[in-house]
Amino acid sequence: MAFDVQQIRQQFPILSRTVHNKPLVYLDNAATTQKPQVVIDAIVDYYSNYNSNVHRGAHQLADEATRKYEDARDTLASFINANSRNEVIWTSGTTESINIVTHGMAQKLRTGDEVIVTQMEHHANFVTWQQACKASGATLLIAPINDAGELITEEFIKLINANTRLVSIPHASNALGTLNPIKQLISEVKRLTADQALVMIDGAQGIAHSEVDVQQLNCDFYAFSSHKFYGPTGLGVLWGKESLLADWPVWQTGGEMISEVSYQDAKWNTLPYRLEAGTPNIAAVIGFAAAINWFKQLDIKALLEHENALLTQATQMAEDFSGLRIIGSASAKVPVLSFVMDRGHPADIGFILDRQGVAIRTGHHCAEPLMDRLSVPGTARASFALYNTSDDVEQLFVALKKVKMMLA
Amino acid sequence: MALPSTTEIIEDLEFFDDWEDRYKYLIDLGDEMPKMDPKLHTRERLVKGCQSNVWIDVQVAGNKLCFAVDSDAIIVRGLLALVMAAFNNKSATDILAFDIQAYFQRLELEQHISPTRGNGLRAIVARIQNIATASHLV
Repeated sequence: MAFDVQQIRQQFPILSRTVHNKPLVYLDNAATTQKPQVVIDAIVDYYSNYNSNVHRGAHQLADEATRKYEDARDTLASFINANSRNEVIWTSGTTESINIVTHGMAQKLRTGDEVIVTQMEHHANFVTWQQACKASGATLLIAPINDAGELITEEFIKLINANTRLVSIPHASNALGTLNPIKQLISEVKRLTADQALVMIDGAQGIAHSEVDVQQLNCDFYAFSSHKFYGPTGLGVLWGKESLLADWPVWQTGGEMISEVSYQDAKWNTLPYRLEAGTPNIAAVIGFAAAINWFKQLDIKALLEHENALLTQATQMAEDFSGLRIIGSASAKVPVLSFVMDRGHPADIGFILDRQGVAIRTGHHCAEPLMDRLSVPGTARASFALYNTSDDVEQLFVALKKVKMMLA
Repeated sequence: MALPSTTEIIEDLEFFDDWEDRYKYLIDLGDEMPKMDPKLHTRERLVKGCQSNVWIDVQVAGNKLCFAVDSDAIIVRGLLALVMAAFNNKSATDILAFDIQAYFQRLELEQHISPTRGNGLRAIVARIQNIATASHLV
């Protein structure tokens, strides 16, 4: 099966619009990806034809909505090869997914316990653990990276000991693109702690750019967002091993998550509902299932090669572009090119690219400690998705020439 | 050299018909605006944006509020020069009477003071208006 990028592009209506009278070159995919027509259609179909609350209605629409909603859970469970559908918890996004884990861990951690994260974390996988450790008296250890933006495996391993309770690592760095060898790291943690320490993977930047099989990875939790993976916003997934989630401290209390309630007490529902209080984001769940089904029928190996070719082309052009410095040159990366320029603050680069129709992200990328570690105030970041083309990369560098000229 | 007044800025920017000239004008204004003494780049004077940082210092001279502002991004400095034209060396009453939204709309730069931009410019405008409100010179 060949990968035809033009045929893919036609399925994304937004890609044919213009910005400031220039064709849109959308290179902010690490922030959010665009949505294919099938996803938009699934959401419209839900609201047009069977909008209803799930699980509790005594009528046909509720049955239809509930079936689609729960089918989506099966779709997702099978996509990441979960052991059971009970291991898929719908959340509002990666941030909430991580918070469910940190909130529960904060109740389990004691003084002397240790939690390990890395220097490349997004704030969502850093502030959460920092605060959980503060609240519980546990110690937060931060595994260092090298100047290329790669985790230093030997240093990481040195931090693991009998006190290690949990290790949380990003599948890939949002700011630098570094793709961590998570399978190897997970297996090191498990080996060195005799399977005692838990491992959480922040998969926000990994899920769209690699094939995730949670059983093969053997992590304990894997968190990601729908909207960075061609699905709707406002939805995330927490996958966790059923044995852990079954009695994980409940995150929010309220409707849906209970089995019985009296004026004196309440009992919690079973998985997955015990961690899903309140009415869920039904439309987004249905839209996300459409995104997964759409993605699954693509030639995934070919599309990952396509993305990698874009990164290689962009990296080559960046290396040849005088006055530009790439930030993050790990040997394995997701398609993210972060950079700074001699003349031009990242914000200036962003303004001038925007006027030329090129959408990128600038700033600290919610990773302030990482920017400090790399001694940059922030970076400009171009991030690619499967619908980007070699021409998009060319346009980025045409636009950067203009930046250089204007700021000379 | 003295920075142009709001009237001059409006006239200047209306003269340019493409974005490139308009942005070059902003860059020039950013270059011309007096630099803030780096010693004044303190945490108290910092208005943090997620894209760029902005600093602000205020002195009272008679019934006027005198501001010094700075940013690490040159286009943001240019935008700050537009804000200074409106607010610097003005009385608190004049500051609060000035319709900054309409001014940026007139300049077709309103996107830069919209809540979507994390460049600190909107926060600076709010900070200046708060200073004016709080000052006893109203």
